[in-house]
Amino acid sequence: MHEVGIMESALAAIRQQAETHGATRVARIVLRIGTLSGVDVEALRFAYDALTPGTFAADAELEIESVPARAHCAQCDTDFGATGGFILTCPRCRAFSSDIRTGRELDIARLEFPALP
Amino acid sequence: MNTPALTLAEPTPGFRINALTGAATGSSRALSGPLSAEITAALHASGNGEVAVRSVDVNIPLLEKNDILAERNRGYFLGRGLAALNLVSSPGAGKTTLLERTLDEFGRATKCAVLVGDLETDNDGRRLSRPHAPVAQITTGTVCHLDAGMIARAAQSLDLDGVKILFIENVGNLVCPASFDLGEQARVVLLSTTEGEDKPLKYPPIFKSADLVLLTKVDVADVLGFKRDVAVENIRRIAPQARIIQLSSRTGEGLAEWYDYLRALAAQT
Ligand SMILES: Nc1nc2c(ncn2[C@@H]2O[C@H](COP(=O)(O)OP(=O)(O)O)[C@@H](O)[C@H]2O)c(=O)[nH]1
Ligand SMILES: [Mg+2]
Ligand SMILES: [Zn+2]
Repeated sequence: MHEVGIMESALAAIRQQAETHGATRVARIVLRIGTLSGVDVEALRFAYDALTPGTFAADAELEIESVPARAHCAQCDTDFGATGGFILTCPRCRAFSSDIRTGRELDIARLEFPALP
Repeated sequence: MNTPALTLAEPTPGFRINALTGAATGSSRALSGPLSAEITAALHASGNGEVAVRSVDVNIPLLEKNDILAERNRGYFLGRGLAALNLVSSPGAGKTTLLERTLDEFGRATKCAVLVGDLETDNDGRRLSRPHAPVAQITTGTVCHLDAGMIARAAQSLDLDGVKILFIENVGNLVCPASFDLGEQARVVLLSTTEGEDKPLKYPPIFKSADLVLLTKVDVADVLGFKRDVAVENIRRIAPQARIIQLSSRTGEGLAEWYDYLRALAAQT
């Protein structure tokens, strides 16, 4: 369950962003998580629900955008959508790829704060 | 055994460092180098008297703090001309045994240091303690992986003068360490013959991120009915980028290749 630690770290970063923007609460948190990030989205939501009550993020809505995996085949110079999990098999030449172009994202994409009074 | 506990500038509950050899040398080599996210803010006031919100595109990593500290570690290690290796495996795959033998053989000619992480006890730190190699034990308490901050602080407890290779033995765990960059030059994932050939398929993220995979305890492969070629094929499917070395810390098979790898890494750093 390293998702708890990851969410703790994310909330610390979000709190800092809130301070930077003069906000005491956050209304909406949008995360961008790649399917090859190694982080489980359900576990992340679970951690979020466990960590946020009574905090600056108590009423915030958590939105998680999933980023599909795309890889590049060096053998035949092809970009392809990787649907087979972590085994990135080129659909043209069947070579295994290690060149992940998208799908590793583990980002805080966007935050919404209540407007200043 | 002399195991001075260090006072941490930024304590994490349950987290401790014990330097087992080599004197603590204060904070003269403080790490530095700020990074910051680019932020664009936009103000959206909605029309009909609803509560207005400010929407901010932040685009920062969830693990921003760890990633920043990892980059600082990387710069610090490179600046000192040493290569750091992050060794990751399930508990018992043979990390400490391999490092013991590596320090005794390879470590005589090329100066090495070790940071070793476990939840509790400094047993591994004691096993690795050698007069010619600085070692520090990191006990993480309940944390199931090392992070870049722990490495930054523990590295300052070691005398790294003349050290060419810094081994970081991570907490035994094939899941959590995958997400935490420590600032290493190379990530080394160990798979032992006692674990089954399909481990790479069951725990793909960590293997996907490996620069080198060590297939360990090959001395007992036959007796266990462990099919080396199947394991190698599984590693290649997940991690075509990774070099694979098959070795035994007991018989010494494959160790020459491992030492060659280390020598090459030290030479290019
Ligand atoms: N047969 C055999 N046993 C090994 C080898 N390397 C380690 N072991 C044994 O595996 C167990 C766990 O090893 P250890 O180095 O503590 O694993 P770690 O948890 O990854 O640090 C110990 O009982 C070692 O003696 C090896 O190459 N061959
Ligand atoms: Mg060990
Ligand atoms: Zn191809």
